[in-house]
Amino acid sequence: MSLRGVLRAMPTMLRVGFAESVAYRAEMFVWVLSTTMPLVNMVLWMAVAKHSPVGPYGQAEFVSYFLATFAVRQLTSAWAAWIINWEVKQGTLAMRLLRPISPLWAYMFDNIAGFPLRLVVAVPVMVLSVVLVGADKALPQHAWQWGLFLVAVLGGWAITFLANVAMGALSLFTDSSQKTMEVWMVLFFVCSGYMYPVELLPDGLRAVINWLPFRYQMGLPVELMTGAHDLPTALGLLARQWAWVLGMGTLALGIWKYGVRRFAAFGG
Amino acid sequence: MVRRYLRLFGVQLKASTLQALQYRVDFFTEGFTSLCWTFTALAPLFVVYGGRPEVEGWSFGQALLVVGWFTLLQGILEGAINPSLTGVVEHIRKGTLDFVLLKPADAQFLVSTQRFLPWRAFNVLTGVGLFVYAFSLLGHGPSPLGLLTSLVLLGTSTLLLYSLWILTVSAAFFVVRVDNLTYLFSSIFDFARWPSSVFKGVARGALTLVFTYVIPLALMTTFPAEAMLGRLPLTSLVGAVVGSLVFSWVARRVWIRSIGHYTSASS
Repeated sequence: MSLRGVLRAMPTMLRVGFAESVAYRAEMFVWVLSTTMPLVNMVLWMAVAKHSPVGPYGQAEFVSYFLATFAVRQLTSAWAAWIINWEVKQGTLAMRLLRPISPLWAYMFDNIAGFPLRLVVAVPVMVLSVVLVGADKALPQHAWQWGLFLVAVLGGWAITFLANVAMGALSLFTDSSQKTMEVWMVLFFVCSGYMYPVELLPDGLRAVINWLPFRYQMGLPVELMTGAHDLPTALGLLARQWAWVLGMGTLALGIWKYGVRRFAAFGG
Repeated sequence: MVRRYLRLFGVQLKASTLQALQYRVDFFTEGFTSLCWTFTALAPLFVVYGGRPEVEGWSFGQALLVVGWFTLLQGILEGAINPSLTGVVEHIRKGTLDFVLLKPADAQFLVSTQRFLPWRAFNVLTGVGLFVYAFSLLGHGPSPLGLLTSLVLLGTSTLLLYSLWILTVSAAFFVVRVDNLTYLFSSIFDFARWPSSVFKGVARGALTLVFTYVIPLALMTTFPAEAMLGRLPLTSLVGAVVGSLVFSWVARRVWIRSIGHYTSASS
């Protein structure tokens, strides 16, 4: 389908997606509550930093870091892999494939349509962070920092979403890619800066992590929100992030294209 | 009566085991994912203790014991408690719980024993492995008395975990869409990864109080670890036993009230 067609379908798909996310708001609220891991880690690291700061992080810095993590997780999360797995298993993917628009657009708009509701969660957390540690530690200070932060959030979401598509599409080859996703999640938790700031890791490990996609899903937006980098470093890291967006996009589309050819609806 | 239930338990267990034996590859995948998740539990520990010898009175080896208990209980939760009780949620949604309620045995017993995932026992092995490693770091073994106490606490912890799950599942009778409650539950359980005294310094100790008395996470992992180290006060042991019994009684009452609330979706 042409890009014009997609653009024409976009408002409707977004509206449907938004209506769905409002309809299941209680479910979404439970999801939000189940992402409390940053809070566990916040409390832990506050205890660790009680007497002396860890690297550049004192108690206040940890509060702003982990509250930012909580907010960024709300903004950049995607669950397309689970949906694709489910639809392949149930055979309902066939119905989507019959429509004149690629299912990938549908998954994407579904995800984006939930954004307003997720802002409803993320913004109060950011406000709380400002109240607790002051605006100078919790938020970007200058307009350009805000700009970079928004680009980083967008990039983080794009990598997460595309990785989801890639792993979801794997289920077209292997029946179920749940275990692959689980391994990805483990790597994400350990490497992304979700459980501790990446800066606290030893240099060798950090160099490796800088080449992996995980930090750019979570750590980078968080660091930019709390103003941890100057302009040149930030731009360098953003360039790597968007290189990953491109790479992951190519990979996802490739797996998807070959996978769909193999798809023979069972069940639906 | 007891003999009948024991036999029933045997039958249910056998059915699950046979089912599990069909998928032997699962043994390795379960093992691998269990090791992966243990690694996520350990990663922050390594980072934390990379710079300092102890946090709130817990050294690396001692904190490792808590992670060991966490891993072990996670195995019990995911292998024996989660699968069957997730089935209840499915029953409620589809309106097929009637079939269970009509059977001439206690409904809570039937739903709690309907499915086990024996391969998840790998987590229990990982937990035991962590104990061995932790004690080799500490340079001494657990005292026999401490080991005995921790076994008693293993019982109370399992009972607590199970009762908490019964309470969560009971919520399904009222809100129906609770597939997520599983995730919510395991994310709250995440707090149990750390010695409860770590939370002492935050919000004037309110969190420690919550995790000891409201959601008794401290009882599940921190108490057994302290027992192994031989420093759990006797009052805490008595408190854990009495507390878990009271908690399970409450869960039982709530469960009975909840089934009273059940109206089959199909009729």
